[in-house]
Amino acid sequence: MWDYTDKVMDHFKNPRNVGEIKDADGTGQVGSLICGDALKLTIKVNKETEVIEDVKFQTFGCASAIASSSILTEMVKGKTLEEALKITNRDIAEALGSLPEEKMHCSVMGMEALDAAVKSYRQGGAPVIFEQEPGTNIVCHCFNVSEQAIIQAIHNNNLKTVEDVTHFTKAGGACGKCKEEIGRILSKVLSCEVPSAPKEEKKKPYAEMTIVEKIKAVEEVLNTDIKPKLNLDGGSVELTDINGNIVTVKLLGMCGGCMNAGATLKGFVEKTLREKISQDIEVKQA
Amino acid sequence: MSLIYFDNNATTGVLPEVFEAMAPYFTEKYGNASSMHHFGGGNKKAIERARMYVASLINASAAEVVFTSGGTESDSSAIYSALHFYPNKKHIITSAVEHPAVLEVFKKLGKEGYRVDFIGVDGDGRFNMEQYKAVLDKDTALVSVMWANSETGTIFPIKDICALAHEAGALFHTDAVQAVGKIAVDVKEAGVDMLSCSSHKINGPKGIGGLYIRQGLRFFPFMVGGHQERLRRAGTENVPAIVGFGEAARIAKETLFLYEDNVRILRDNLENALLKAIPDCRVNGDREHRLPNTSNISFGYVEGESILMMLDEYDICASSGSACTSGSLEPSHVLMAMGVPFQFAHGSIRFSLGKFNTEEEVEQVIKVLPPIIKRLREISPFHGEKRACAARQ
Repeated sequence: MWDYTDKVMDHFKNPRNVGEIKDADGTGQVGSLICGDALKLTIKVNKETEVIEDVKFQTFGCASAIASSSILTEMVKGKTLEEALKITNRDIAEALGSLPEEKMHCSVMGMEALDAAVKSYRQGGAPVIFEQEPGTNIVCHCFNVSEQAIIQAIHNNNLKTVEDVTHFTKAGGACGKCKEEIGRILSKVLSCEVPSAPKEEKKKPYAEMTIVEKIKAVEEVLNTDIKPKLNLDGGSVELTDINGNIVTVKLLGMCGGCMNAGATLKGFVEKTLREKISQDIEVKQA
Repeated sequence: MSLIYFDNNATTGVLPEVFEAMAPYFTEKYGNASSMHHFGGGNKKAIERARMYVASLINASAAEVVFTSGGTESDSSAIYSALHFYPNKKHIITSAVEHPAVLEVFKKLGKEGYRVDFIGVDGDGRFNMEQYKAVLDKDTALVSVMWANSETGTIFPIKDICALAHEAGALFHTDAVQAVGKIAVDVKEAGVDMLSCSSHKINGPKGIGGLYIRQGLRFFPFMVGGHQERLRRAGTENVPAIVGFGEAARIAKETLFLYEDNVRILRDNLENALLKAIPDCRVNGDREHRLPNTSNISFGYVEGESILMMLDEYDICASSGSACTSGSLEPSHVLMAMGVPFQFAHGSIRFSLGKFNTEEEVEQVIKVLPPIIKRLREISPFHGEKRACAARQ
């Protein structure tokens, strides 16, 4: 039995602002059915003042996930986007009185959905699924948590142990393989050695790349931009061949048998590879 | 309506007559059963009477039953004793759906150099006999497979599994904590070498359990440092708990018929009514070979902890295999081993009825649960997408 505060129970039993704004200006999503919790946040924004005039949520998850989402909607309503983005997961947990340690990731989810919703608004309103900044190092592959997210959680919440990091970000909570790496990140952050941003390397045009470079470039985009999103739906993708501009891949997991496999292949995998590497790329299914 | 307790696989309440039988041994007859004086030594009789009742419940003889601190200690004792006598055999087998009291010990032994096979189950939770036969070999020291699963109630064919282990020259232990007192358990008929059982699952007190050790089987004690239990389990006898366990076992045997006559009917009514009233749900487990009291139902697209918290508002107790209820981040290992899809695993609820549940209580759950699921689905972002998800399965 969790020791939930009255406030958590109140927001769980009487969630505020449930639903979906039909003509939303921004839609942010985080989590999935597989992770066990997910949140979809829709916002209505005043274009002149950038004030969030309305906000609604839908949550799949436990009592604390529902309560965190509900209180978040109360906290952001009437705030400008800039003010709203300053809300941290800690603020959400504090507004609820407190959350059990093991449930802190519920408040992190609220913060991430809000980030995604604001991004969606700024990009013109198309729904945005929360993702780690491109190019960052995914530490926990089970829950798709980046090094950046872990560092942020450590800073925001003054975390001290690997277990803390798992409670707050879920990283390391499933197979546990990344626990060692989380430990290294922790000691790095705690000893104040903040890692410098990776240097941008000049990109060679795709046509001039050797086959090995092509494979490396495609693999990198698959790993950082494509797989994490497919993972959210329980799927993945594997590179099987590259022949000139033709990249052959195999859809795995849930994506494999999905009715939308064709759309995923062209509309997402090919589109992303074209954006990141070369417009000439054509993706085929193995 | 007062408390509705549908969580009897977790634990049960101590029966008033059991409590009464225990009471004198706290404040009046508190003597040490090992003492030479009549005041303490007299308690030995009470212990031996209790041992007889527990033995009778599983068709063992009294000398074959050792009292332990509970199911977990019984499991560890059985496993380590078996391995002690086969120092040259380095292979052990269990199922993927065991209680952690067995599963974690096997994982630990795996790290310590044993070759461990975790036998899988099919979509209905049935034991994979073919896989089992294929891995059994001369190097197998021990097979430990549960009699009935705590989460789904699925009953394994213990007699067959045991016979195959013996053919291969391995010892066989079964964790029968969920089966004893709910269905007929006969150690002689099944042929098992060791069996674990627990008092608090059969309306006895917590902190006391039993280990059946087949007559003639060598046993190496887990707890050492005393001559108690004929040198098989050291430590001053917990007389009140032992007396309570004995009394509970006696009553369990006398009232076992209630599970078939009443509990099964109530469980089936509950299950069928919920399946009918709520769309997108499924039963987890082998409906043909199942404990009569257990129903594990997954409600798609909602999360189990939320359901439990809502039920709690109506004073209804059940449990869930969802990740959130345990504080871990993965749903129940039993449902995962069965290959239950995630959207169903997170929303699984286990109802486990007891001998004292009533038709009115079942009616109340049938009345309040459908609106709870409906409401949580309204909050869930996935409900609208359910057709797309179903197509992906």
